[in-house]
Amino acid sequence: MATVSFTPALQRFLSAPPVAVEGTTLREALAAVFAARPELRGYVLDDQGALRRHVVVYLNGEPARDRVGLADRVGPGDEIHVFQALSGG
Amino acid sequence: MSDRLHVGTRKGLFELMRRGGNWEVTGAHFLGDPVSAALETADGALLAALDLGHFGAKLWRRGRAAEWREVATPIFPPKPASAHDDPHPWSLGKIWVLEAGGVVGRLWAGTMPGGLFRSEDDGLSWSLNEALWHMPRRREWQGVAGGEQPGIHSVLVDPRDPDDIRIGVSTAGVWASGDAGLSWRLINRGMHAEYMPPERREDPIAQDVHRLARCAASPEIVWCQHHNGVFRSADGGANWHEVTAIRPSKFGFAVAAHPRDPDTAWFIPAVKDECRIPVDGKLVVARTRDAGKSFEVLRRGLPQHHAYDLVWRHALDIDGSGERLAFGSTSGGLWISEDGGDSWTMPEARLPPIAVVRFAPD
Repeated sequence: MATVSFTPALQRFLSAPPVAVEGTTLREALAAVFAARPELRGYVLDDQGALRRHVVVYLNGEPARDRVGLADRVGPGDEIHVFQALSGG
Repeated sequence: MSDRLHVGTRKGLFELMRRGGNWEVTGAHFLGDPVSAALETADGALLAALDLGHFGAKLWRRGRAAEWREVATPIFPPKPASAHDDPHPWSLGKIWVLEAGGVVGRLWAGTMPGGLFRSEDDGLSWSLNEALWHMPRRREWQGVAGGEQPGIHSVLVDPRDPDDIRIGVSTAGVWASGDAGLSWRLINRGMHAEYMPPERREDPIAQDVHRLARCAASPEIVWCQHHNGVFRSADGGANWHEVTAIRPSKFGFAVAAHPRDPDTAWFIPAVKDECRIPVDGKLVVARTRDAGKSFEVLRRGLPQHHAYDLVWRHALDIDGSGERLAFGSTSGGLWISEDGGDSWTMPEARLPPIAVVRFAPD
């Protein structure tokens, strides 16, 4: 399983504790998070399912490359961090 | 008269109440977060649209239980392959205006990138107006406000018929529906755009309507602050004539229409497009009481020395009595008048830049 953690900045709006999920791609891992916590989805993804412009996701410390399709591979034990991007101010 | 006012700012939503003849800040919500629209509904629920820099547009609602909770945000449908050349994103940018729909539970939300959404449950859920969004000419709409997205900033619902709607779009003129949004037509004639090449200056879809306001008692009277001047329509927004008597300048964003007197309206002029500050650093309100033939320049209580306040399109409001007005500025100034604009007072508060000012229903 991979672990998905969320920026503390989200805690102002809703609870978002770290969660362990199954998934072989970033899309699958995030989908597993949102299946349990649907209210989180709109904070991370836009209406078409791409990463929001000013949200950045790190896979084991590296920024996710496919910000639209979220096809980056995810393996067991991987660490996924969802942060606000500095580009958003 | 309304004794309560909601002020949406770059850093929170503020509630003001009139107590003992003075206006006081009685509530501060969403501190630190940009508020792009606000509306108190007829049954007392308060809606606040947030425009979060990182996490997108969100909608919160405070019902009778007096607790805020996040409600469903308007969302665009999956973008089909056939829309690959649509110049505008299929994703909510910001909720720019919220309006009551004239039917119990019905609300309208105008957004960037140009989607109109409708709620039938007082803002708990929203559906996209498909007819407008899928209209081929929607792709001709142009972006505004430093971004690439067009936006619906004005929704006028006819008080006599809630199915009769006008919307103002930056930049795409005035659109009308007589069937609650099942079909739409571009209706504005008579406006002109100096920012367009000569052959397209009078093209209705090229008109940058900054804000529309209509007289509630005479809904066929509609006022418009346009990018290139002030216009008035006497037939519900179809035919417009320019109001050239506006002083001290013709550029601006906000307009308020008197709820009963079709000849009275207020504007807050700025120098011009490329210099968005008050003329001579003096903040003034322009009022006409004769359908735009002449204007009074009102300044009592407003800063007249080195004032560089700009007033955005949703930051001027009038209550149901027609006597109380309020406006807020990009510098965080907030002024309230209880005599139709003759004089203005400033509540004790130093607010963030103001995007929206709205009286609670009387």
